[in-house]
Amino acid sequence: MSAVIKVENVSKLYQLGDIGSGSVSNDIKRWWASVRGKENPFAEIAETNDRTAKGNTDYVWALKDISFDVQQGEVLGIVGKNGAGKSTLLKILSRTTLPTSGEIKVKGRIASLLEVGTGFHPDLSGRDNIFLNGAILGMKKREIKSKFDEIVDFSGVERYIDTPVKRYSSGMYVRLAFAVAAHLEPEILIVDEVLSVGDYEFQKKCLGKMKDVSGLGRTVLFVSHNTAALKSLCSKAVFLENGLVKEIGATEEILNKYHTRVTDLSLNKSWTKESAPGNENVKIISAKITTDNGSEKIFIDTSFDVDIEFELTHPPVSFFTGILFNTLQDEMVFVSPANPIDATSGRYTCKCKVPGKLLNNRGYTLNVYFVKNRQDEMYLAESLLTFDVLDLPRGEGVFLGDYVGNIRPQLDWTIKRID
Amino acid sequence: MTEEKNWDLIIKPKPNIFHLGLKEVIEYKDLIWLFVKRDMVAQYKQTVLGPLWLIIQPLLSTLFFTIIFGSFAKFDTKGIPYPIFTLSGLTIWNFFSTSLNKTSSVFVSNAGIFGKVYFPRLTVPVSTLISNGFTFLIQFFILLLLLLYYKIFNNYDWQVDLKLLFLFPIVLILCGLFGLGCGLIISSLTTKYRDLTFLVGFGLQFVMYFSSVVFPIDKFSSKIQLLFNLNPLLHIVGLFRAIFINAPLPEIQWLLYSAVWTILVLIIGAVVFNKVEKSFMDTV
Repeated sequence: MSAVIKVENVSKLYQLGDIGSGSVSNDIKRWWASVRGKENPFAEIAETNDRTAKGNTDYVWALKDISFDVQQGEVLGIVGKNGAGKSTLLKILSRTTLPTSGEIKVKGRIASLLEVGTGFHPDLSGRDNIFLNGAILGMKKREIKSKFDEIVDFSGVERYIDTPVKRYSSGMYVRLAFAVAAHLEPEILIVDEVLSVGDYEFQKKCLGKMKDVSGLGRTVLFVSHNTAALKSLCSKAVFLENGLVKEIGATEEILNKYHTRVTDLSLNKSWTKESAPGNENVKIISAKITTDNGSEKIFIDTSFDVDIEFELTHPPVSFFTGILFNTLQDEMVFVSPANPIDATSGRYTCKCKVPGKLLNNRGYTLNVYFVKNRQDEMYLAESLLTFDVLDLPRGEGVFLGDYVGNIRPQLDWTIKRID
Repeated sequence: MTEEKNWDLIIKPKPNIFHLGLKEVIEYKDLIWLFVKRDMVAQYKQTVLGPLWLIIQPLLSTLFFTIIFGSFAKFDTKGIPYPIFTLSGLTIWNFFSTSLNKTSSVFVSNAGIFGKVYFPRLTVPVSTLISNGFTFLIQFFILLLLLLYYKIFNNYDWQVDLKLLFLFPIVLILCGLFGLGCGLIISSLTTKYRDLTFLVGFGLQFVMYFSSVVFPIDKFSSKIQLLFNLNPLLHIVGLFRAIFINAPLPEIQWLLYSAVWTILVLIIGAVVFNKVEKSFMDTV
């Protein structure tokens, strides 16, 4: 095995904010610095790229001193939060922008499925666009001609091949575009989130194509948030964070690390009297999620307990509590209320069992509410805990796409043959 | 590392600006032709008159300028019918101005493609130049028809000086490349300073009047004529007229002057374009 891509100390500087206003004076400063043989004066003050923290300058390093090798025939996964530098890295690799410093050496033709359908002209027919798009991606006319039937066949839009692509449905458009890109036969293929488009059948085709490509000894760089696909396709992964290589290693291991870092996982929290969330009626003392097997990780089949300890500072009342799950995007998933009790002030603990095979593989927040007299809200404690439900590894040949919906309950099914 | 590898591609921060990658442009010749085809086909999709616009547009302009400068301002064209004078000027001028205009917006209007896939960027302006060449040929044909009309019905004594015909390709090369060069320079600057896009349309109008496209300049004093002469396009338009409508041939030193300008502008344009194409995605 030998390296086909060698990334050496690659950095990329970006200017934030509005480019244009005041750029003449900055250009003159930069030019003056280069005349005197100095470095770009703005590079020194640049900061690492932490999107959430407010920075002091308008210059950030989208990538800082990235180095790694990719071996021939390897399927390398690239993971990282939004803004970690994945796209910048792919952009440099596909030569749509240049690094600020460092070097990348490449052996063989690179093709990217960064955004399929690049250069499609809406007014041209599918046939014309196959040729145009193929040529933009670097194919010779002769090459496209010889693969034309195969491409049309793969796309499954044969009937519409002489219709302008602006009349296509978005799914057909993507199919045709991907079909062209998939027949490029490059030595190195860059794939970015193709699994987020298309239906099941099409995803299967795409993944199959990727497997074929890697089976032929070609190299694939695969960027995805889809854990299941990453696990089944990639042997090795690179974990980027704030423009730095956090870790390189076996996919499984990297994904586990990635997951514990993406969300501020907090399965266990307790508060002092001063900081306790609550109001004049209720004070929350602690909140805790315990999995049945004692593990810190929650997989989709893990059942777990939610324990809330709180203090009631309210005259005797009929009272109940309940839990409420939201997604990280603050969509409400479901609520589960407890049975009402007659309560006086004092410390209480409540426990709720959440079965496995109910939640889907995504991040959730736990909210707790308190109600008196069966209808009046006393208090709603928002985002007490944040946790991530992980997908189980899926086997060969099964659906690798994302399951839609905010829950994925396992229901009772019977399928019978009736004649 | 014991083995020294021969890498196919090395992505570096600052490649040599004089490495224009012309060899690569030729490798992508299929793409250039597909771009030409796309431009020709897509331009007139969903218009009723379609490519007829190529003919209508210069004819309307000719009518307009003939009325203003021929009938009202009464410029003297020395026996050349005014519509012929105007249309011949507009035909060659349009080749220059559309080449400049379309090239100058190359980065801004292709930002979508350029941001996603790499291919030699120079293929786009080159294909624009070729499709403008086709447009020119169509409009040139209309000019010939008008000339024939005047010869047959208006007793206009028209003959092409066959000895000068060899200069025709030179006119086209000078005109096209000058437009391309100017367009390349402007396109590179517009990635950062969009202000220029507003100036281009206005500037082209202005230069058109200084190129004797729609009126002759021999009415002006010799000082003002010298000023006109400094404009390299004046001689290119003049040379085109000399070949096809028996206008006087521009002096040779002025033709060389125009040629030097063309080469200079083209070299500067290519170098600037080459520098900008590598990083423009960060500033566009």
